[in-house]
Amino acid sequence: MEKITLNARRLLCPLPVIRTQDKVKQLKAGDWLEVICTDPGVMQDIPAWCRINGHKVLETKALDHEYIIILEVGA
Amino acid sequence: MNKQRKAVALISGGLDSMLAAKTVMDQGIHVEGINFFTGFCVEGHTHAIRDKDKAKPKRNNSLWVAEQLGIKLHIVDVIEEYKNVLINPKHGYGAHMNPCLDCKIFMVNKARQWIAENDFDFIITGEVIGQRPMSQRNATMPIVARESGADDLLLRPLCAKNLPATLPEREGWVDREKLHNITGRSRKPQMAMAEQFGFDDYAQPAGGCCFLTDKNYSAKLVDLWQAQGNKKYELDDVMLLKVGRHIRPQPNFKLIIAREEGEGRFLQGYKNEFISMNCSSHSGPLVLIDGSPSAEDLYLAAQITARFGQGRDAEQVDINVMNQDGSERMLQVKPLTKEEIPEEWYI
Ligand code: SF4
Repeated sequence: MEKITLNARRLLCPLPVIRTQDKVKQLKAGDWLEVICTDPGVMQDIPAWCRINGHKVLETKALDHEYIIILEVGA
Repeated sequence: MNKQRKAVALISGGLDSMLAAKTVMDQGIHVEGINFFTGFCVEGHTHAIRDKDKAKPKRNNSLWVAEQLGIKLHIVDVIEEYKNVLINPKHGYGAHMNPCLDCKIFMVNKARQWIAENDFDFIITGEVIGQRPMSQRNATMPIVARESGADDLLLRPLCAKNLPATLPEREGWVDREKLHNITGRSRKPQMAMAEQFGFDDYAQPAGGCCFLTDKNYSAKLVDLWQAQGNKKYELDDVMLLKVGRHIRPQPNFKLIIAREEGEGRFLQGYKNEFISMNCSSHSGPLVLIDGSPSAEDLYLAAQITARFGQGRDAEQVDINVMNQDGSERMLQVKPLTKEEIPEEWYI
């Protein structure tokens, strides 16, 4: 199982979602992806994208001006 | 056993594409959504920037539509390829800088490539004849189908009965009788269908799907092109046109003035690409200077910057000027009065 971090800082939605989608394509089921963003819109958009596409959000964190989402790639 | 037919639906986030996809899903077709991010999509830039927008629920309408329909959504970054559509639209622009017909042709063409690569059978759009003055007219329907190369693989379920039968209809993959014959600008038939399907809370964007239909935004884009002497742009340009007050006192430079804290934070991210200013003796906004200003221009820019801070009525204020490399210096200026900033400077 791999744990990868994706830097999506300064990107505005939907670009963090697109980058997440493209990175997930390179990963295998069970891998973890941590996405670090600055657009608060990701707190809605990435979980929605995960629900639609069968991936699991393990954790979301809202820091001062950063938002972190950790997801597990689905089958 | 019959082959399970598959269609990709162009999902804009609005009601029409949602209804079109649902109509075809209800006929047993496997549908997935595709959404193209041009850089100008209304979804894109707005959430993060302005504090005042933070009160509104933040959702991406295309993702929301896909979730309501229970389908996958593929969001495709077409920023680079879209430049050619916007810069050289064969069919011209609409009321503002929106090249809607070329845009539709481009998107359907991308969808056609996508179905070929992903072994899908046909394409669905939510187009309705007569819905939009530029891109959804009787005459434009065959143009989109032909110039995109999709031809009769392009099904418009909401107005299919008013158009020649497409391959999915002729082959019996979908039943033409269960498609629709909506025409015109009235939204009533769509609203009735939405109710019947149990969809509420759908997005009703007033100005279409992108900033290019917005008058003020288009004026800023035209100004950018004029100032550059060419029609090129990068994604950062597209973003910055959405943020702040833009003032151009001279052809060779303009000021981008944050209107509130959220915009100030956003502009901070560009401090190593632009000369920037803020007032150090009073509170005031962050200002980016775009272009190649002379020393005198910078003095004028500082006076304008002072005008938008709390020191606007002071005899003299201190303006901190920061270069891209982080070096700083101070200019002491008298703020311009409101009357000294002509209306024409505002873009
Ligand atoms: S409004 Fe914008 S995205 Fe929609 S068709 Fe016109 S140019 Fe394309």
